[in-house]
Amino acid sequence: MAEATANGLGQHTLHGAQAHDATATGIAPAEVHQEHPIKLYLVVWAWLFILSACSYMVDYLGLHGYLRWSLILIFMMLKAGLIVAVFMHMAWERLALTYAIILPPILVLVFVAMMVFESDYTLLTRTVFFGAEP
Amino acid sequence: MADTTLTHTGQAQPRPAGLQGVAADWSSDQRAFKNVSWGKAMMWIFLLSDTFIFGCFLLSYMTARMSTRVPWPNPSEVFSLHIGGSDIPLILIAIMTFVLISSSGTMAMAVNFGYRHDRRKTAILMLLTAALGATFVGMQAFEWTKLITEGVRPWGNPWGAAQFGSSFFMITGFHGTHVTFGVIFLIIVARKVWRGDYDTGRPGFFTSRRGRYENVEIMGLYWHFVDLVWVFIFAFFYLW
Repeated sequence: MAEATANGLGQHTLHGAQAHDATATGIAPAEVHQEHPIKLYLVVWAWLFILSACSYMVDYLGLHGYLRWSLILIFMMLKAGLIVAVFMHMAWERLALTYAIILPPILVLVFVAMMVFESDYTLLTRTVFFGAEP
Repeated sequence: MADTTLTHTGQAQPRPAGLQGVAADWSSDQRAFKNVSWGKAMMWIFLLSDTFIFGCFLLSYMTARMSTRVPWPNPSEVFSLHIGGSDIPLILIAIMTFVLISSSGTMAMAVNFGYRHDRRKTAILMLLTAALGATFVGMQAFEWTKLITEGVRPWGNPWGAAQFGSSFFMITGFHGTHVTFGVIFLIIVARKVWRGDYDTGRPGFFTSRRGRYENVEIMGLYWHFVDLVWVFIFAFFYLW
């Protein structure tokens, strides 16, 4: 991430009023402009189209089982990653913010695992007391 | 500068990168998000809270679907449209997805032109984004109308598990509400850009300091998040 900034991907700080404020108050609210080449956005946009078309094709072609699930999840994560990293500029933010925002949702996976066990148990008790599918 | 920090005596110090940087930024009585303004940090934290809300919706839907012994309706067939003599699976949802992705693209470009202080292009791109968002909501209204006339209710549906209806209306309804608020938010900010509020520093809601087009980016973060949520809804609700 620091490298991306050093590469000069168009990111620069705003001088003037803010910089003056900073010296007066002793803190640095250095404002970073998330300005990147238009071409980058167009490339990501095209990829989002391609990935969406791919995930639609998974359903259209009627793929099933683990193949269907792995393809759906791969396309989903790639799309989500592109949106967060480029469109929302997370790739150029400082790691302190990235971790603060990305880590908590990942921990939701623990909750997912708990609810999978819970729903399996509920299904079991329902089947035991009400019988199999009506 | 973005890569230095000021000590209490006002001297500039280089900031460490990587994990050391994370530890340094979060530690010892400083502001943690060094190169991010309060407005942007608060938008991110709001979006994090929204992530949990949508996460809980998708989780409860997953739990309902996995624990029912009644068969779940096949979304591929439920959301198919009869076009040109044959049923095309999920076609409406596919078009909605492309509309929303397009709106994300125009928004990203609006942010770019905002930082270049190109007021005209920024406002036009934002209004285009709003129009695409409104199109999405319109298509969703069509989808809801179709399903309601087919007999889908929050407490039941003609094809199987009753929980399908409640999950559908809850998840897509909440997402549609977010899109609607986003469209309103876009129009408000586009008007400010067009009028030059960010150049003149005209006081008002979400106007902030002079020459500061960061608010367009903050608005964009909200919009991209709405698109991001749709990625997950598309995968888990419509493709599962």
